[in-house]
Amino acid sequence: MSVNPELQGRVFPPVAPYLVGREKVREFSRAVFATNPINHDPEAARAAGHNDVVAPPTFAVVVQEATLAQLLAEPGAGIDFTRVVHGDQRFSYSRPIVAGDVLTATLAVTSIKTLGGHAMVTAESTIVDAAGAHVVTAISTLVVRGDE
Amino acid sequence: MTPASPIRSVTELTVGSVVAEASFSLTRDSLVRYAGASGDFNPIHYRDDVAQSVGLPGVLAHGMLTMGLAVQPVVDWAGDPARVVDYQVRFTRPVFVDAADGATVSVVAKVGALDLEAGIARIDLTVMFNGATVLGKAQARVNLA
Repeated sequence: MSVNPELQGRVFPPVAPYLVGREKVREFSRAVFATNPINHDPEAARAAGHNDVVAPPTFAVVVQEATLAQLLAEPGAGIDFTRVVHGDQRFSYSRPIVAGDVLTATLAVTSIKTLGGHAMVTAESTIVDAAGAHVVTAISTLVVRGDE
Repeated sequence: MTPASPIRSVTELTVGSVVAEASFSLTRDSLVRYAGASGDFNPIHYRDDVAQSVGLPGVLAHGMLTMGLAVQPVVDWAGDPARVVDYQVRFTRPVFVDAADGATVSVVAKVGALDLEAGIARIDLTVMFNGATVLGKAQARVNLA
């Protein structure tokens, strides 16, 4: 089975909204060795001009995850999860994620390239807040290894 | 870890200068903690038998854990995680985490480029494990405006 080239340009339905919890931000911060008080202490975050604790730069992957699950579960996609390797990752922020945000992610497959039997799938998840304003775009390139 | 210093503007920075350095000790506990926090429960990050069944020598760290910790020295230098407006990496080599000895990941953050007009510094990260880089094109854009 190989990756379906017709996936390129496909936009998936938005996933269910994700409510960013303060304790989740703290838990994720501890897991990535983030010790900055703005990640943990609401008072420190407010003193720096934020509404609540600020999530580390890679926290958006937690919100993005449901969109990648959509892609991998797509019956016609031809993406065998056991052959997927994470190639590249990028996060581009319009504003930081803070506790209390309600975020909605929408996945688009922006590129599919084949290279020596492998397929490179670029998936872009656009994440907006409750008002519909852009927060962050998370871009993953997944390398799907070909049949050996 | 380099202590955070107040950064007033990009004009005080020089391309090529080191702004932060740190090293992180990972253990299997770190991987379990990251699995729980992120929701990534791929067993290659906590089961040697599963890792070995796909041709790996043993359990490896989540790439997203390495990416997540590598930017922390930059956050501390900038003083606020919100200043990191863009962050990208390429995953080039795995970080194997030995059950007994763990793994040490080192990070050196240098000024890669400066956008004086926008007040944004591109900070380039060299992230090493076992004498080799594990991330390629690891760049964080930091808004100092």
